[in-house]
Amino acid sequence: MAPPEAAAAQSAPPGPDGPGDPAAPPAPVLEAVGVSKRFPGVVALDDVSFTLRAGEIHALVGENGAGKSTLIKILTGVHRPDEGELRLGGEPVAFHRPHEAQQAGISTIYQEVNLVPLMSVARNIFLGREPRTRLGLVDFRRMHRETAELLGGFGITADPRRPLHTLGIGTQQMVALARAVSVRARVVVMDEPTSSLEPREVETLFRVTGDLHARGISLVYVSHRMDELYRICDRVTVLRDGRLVHTGDLADTDRVRLVSMMLGRELARVRKEAAEGHDDGRTPAAEPVLTATGLSRRHLLDDIGLDLRPGEVLGLGGLLGSGRTETAKALAGALPLDGGEITVGGRRLRRISSAAAIRAGISLLPEDRKAEGIVPGLSVRENIVLAALPRLSRFGFISRRKQDRVVDIFMKRLRIKAAGPEQKVGELSGGNQQKVLLARWLCLEPRVLLLDEPTRGIDVGAKAEVQTLIDELAAEGLAVLLISSELEELVEGADRIVVLRAGSVAGELTGDDVTEGGLLTVLAETAPDAVPQPAPEAGDPPDAPAQAEAEAEAEDAPGAEGEPDGVPDPRKEDPR
Amino acid sequence: MKSLADTALPAPAGPPPPLTVTAEPRPSGRQRAAELLQRQGVLAVLVLLCVISSFLFDSFATLDNTRGVTIQASFLSIVALGMTLVIVTGGIDLSVGSVFALGGVVAAWASQYGFLPALLLPLVVCGAIGAINGLLVAKAGMAPFIVTLASLLGARGLLLALTHEGAKTYLVPRGSAFQKLGGGAVWGFGYPVLIALALFGLGGLLLQRTSFGQALFAVGGSGDAALLMGLPVARTKVLVYTLSGLLAGFAGALNAARLSSGVTIIGVGMELDAISAVVIGGTLLVGGAGSVSGTLWGVLLLGVIQNLINQIGSLNSSYQSVVSGGFLIVVVVAQRYLSAARRGT
Repeated sequence: MAPPEAAAAQSAPPGPDGPGDPAAPPAPVLEAVGVSKRFPGVVALDDVSFTLRAGEIHALVGENGAGKSTLIKILTGVHRPDEGELRLGGEPVAFHRPHEAQQAGISTIYQEVNLVPLMSVARNIFLGREPRTRLGLVDFRRMHRETAELLGGFGITADPRRPLHTLGIGTQQMVALARAVSVRARVVVMDEPTSSLEPREVETLFRVTGDLHARGISLVYVSHRMDELYRICDRVTVLRDGRLVHTGDLADTDRVRLVSMMLGRELARVRKEAAEGHDDGRTPAAEPVLTATGLSRRHLLDDIGLDLRPGEVLGLGGLLGSGRTETAKALAGALPLDGGEITVGGRRLRRISSAAAIRAGISLLPEDRKAEGIVPGLSVRENIVLAALPRLSRFGFISRRKQDRVVDIFMKRLRIKAAGPEQKVGELSGGNQQKVLLARWLCLEPRVLLLDEPTRGIDVGAKAEVQTLIDELAAEGLAVLLISSELEELVEGADRIVVLRAGSVAGELTGDDVTEGGLLTVLAETAPDAVPQPAPEAGDPPDAPAQAEAEAEAEDAPGAEGEPDGVPDPRKEDPR
Repeated sequence: MKSLADTALPAPAGPPPPLTVTAEPRPSGRQRAAELLQRQGVLAVLVLLCVISSFLFDSFATLDNTRGVTIQASFLSIVALGMTLVIVTGGIDLSVGSVFALGGVVAAWASQYGFLPALLLPLVVCGAIGAINGLLVAKAGMAPFIVTLASLLGARGLLLALTHEGAKTYLVPRGSAFQKLGGGAVWGFGYPVLIALALFGLGGLLLQRTSFGQALFAVGGSGDAALLMGLPVARTKVLVYTLSGLLAGFAGALNAARLSSGVTIIGVGMELDAISAVVIGGTLLVGGAGSVSGTLWGVLLLGVIQNLINQIGSLNSSYQSVVSGGFLIVVVVAQRYLSAARRGT
């Protein structure tokens, strides 16, 4: 097995079975050779090569910022590479616009349905290539007929005249697929097509991909769901931080190794690192301060339950799109829920709203501090007291003296490095901005602190400081929920880790199990909910339930009859 | 897992048997009614208003009055036709009032050289202004509001320069073919009315039954999606602003022919009337949905309201703006309500 940091194949695809393979691999349909792409401030792709062979389903995986989206956009003509070239059937090509890539037979289904919601189903499918009558006018009768046939082939009955937005998301995705397929594509690129689908719809999608596969069409399949990848894909390419990490047959790559390559933790090292003890001198209280049960929201969260004790740091792990951020938002009342209960300090929240959560003592430090927190034009003082203003004022007048006292305390306590309380927050470093936000919430004297990626985008020194701070806060009796994509941060910072997968709890690590190896194992496990759940009202074939039962043996299967599904927040996907 | 993979991958030849059938619920009766009202609501109001007025005022439902209302409305309608297409793409064209006036002056000036120059020169000039608008919006990515505001000022300035600050009025030669184009009539209905109707017929075909029309809806409905679907978004935008300029200039030329002179002070605020008519006609200001027939009814509705206020006589004609403004708000509120009803909430 090649080492994970496989010397990034420069041009030729690494033969999966070595040179002695008698059957030469099929000719490549679409290749990216040594492609680099830079955006202001970031290198999105660095000398990446990618080969799509004729008739294969090729998985493209990687975590946030790995460069998947950029690579897809280059393959489909949205972006042009700064270096390197594309080859189609061995010939160099350059796509200036998406249209040219489509002309060349490359169709794309984007993560968010990229169709026109107000237009009808048929118009969407035939947009830009409408059938004409002899007079040169659009032939709607033919358009509607062919649309019905096309969708019928996918097992969908929807009136072609209906405006697209009146259909369910799953059906919309199928319409996008129908459009992609009907242009006589040679290559279909699917960017997380299942992220918003119901399990039943996923089955339909897989049937269609199987059909495409049988017709010799090559597919690039992007997904975070291991089960899907292993089920339908032939080969896999792993990207991380804009670089090629691995290309090879999926069957030769076991799950744990694939996840470790995505996350950038070498398996060998992870296994060697024994539990180094988490004796932080913290002794969490026995009684939880916060208990959440059955948090559910269609497509996002499925029956999430967890509790937080004063004085502990609970880590929330999971791959991109597993529902970590959504869980934190749900706890903070910022995500409308379909069901679930939150109890804080023995009191049940009657209405779950942001205001109620703050009143109960839950504070959320959001993932995207630029968009959801910091006001760069205001001073350090103003930013800190923003949330606490009602407490610091009387009859609507704000006591400046009280403000100054509070601000002074927190600036010292959190070691905020600023010229003074009146410096604009926009001028501070990322780490100090994060501390200002932390101070803002600590002003409210919360009992529960939810931290979503608190160290993202701040430098190493500041990172260590923020981590120390989190430990201190927990030691003082605060209950802390820590979300981090970095295994190391999670394992070192947390006393206990709850792992999410596809919007439900996949497992929990406690005590000596809190290791990177343990976490990787849970992350890579087979999700019990990848199995199709026959919806009671649908006329599924009789063999489906049997399979479902056969597969339900996988350990902890919480809420197996629900609608387990995870939707990665589209905004979180590669910001490039 | 294995058994599942085996059943999923080797697909049967031909279309696979439907495994799951995604049946979408049919729209309810209430949703259908809301949809119909949203689409044909203006027409209903227009008809209702006309019926009531014909009982209230003896002189309303006469052929003469109808001729008067239609000829008044014909010029605005041609301008509003172009505006409809622009608004369907999610844009706006504020320059049409100035371009309308400029077209008239240019046509009047060129009419001394004959029929064709009088017709074609304003089209060239105004089409060019529209094309510049389109290029700035599509290629330079500037906001349509700003671009067309600039050309509103620019076209008005050009017009004043051509007429020595409005001191010089170009006249259309009496009895010329060009003058007949504006002044002639069939059964009492002026040529401009017939031309406007023909243009609306063509405009309807263009919007509903051509690829270009589909592209207009797509660009307005979701510009990003249109781009990713490989539609020529930039070209579509350039074309639609050019069309709007052409139509405004043509309407101006027709108006000059009818008035027999290039009047410099007309067209001020006409862009707002056109936008009102388009929105009243059910076209979404954010783009992506609309119809030219709605715009026609919208223009006629504004014209009928004006006519009624004139009929009442005791009311200052400025009240027309008050009534139209009020009506606009009613329409926008109704649209919001109807959209909600259509979604079944």
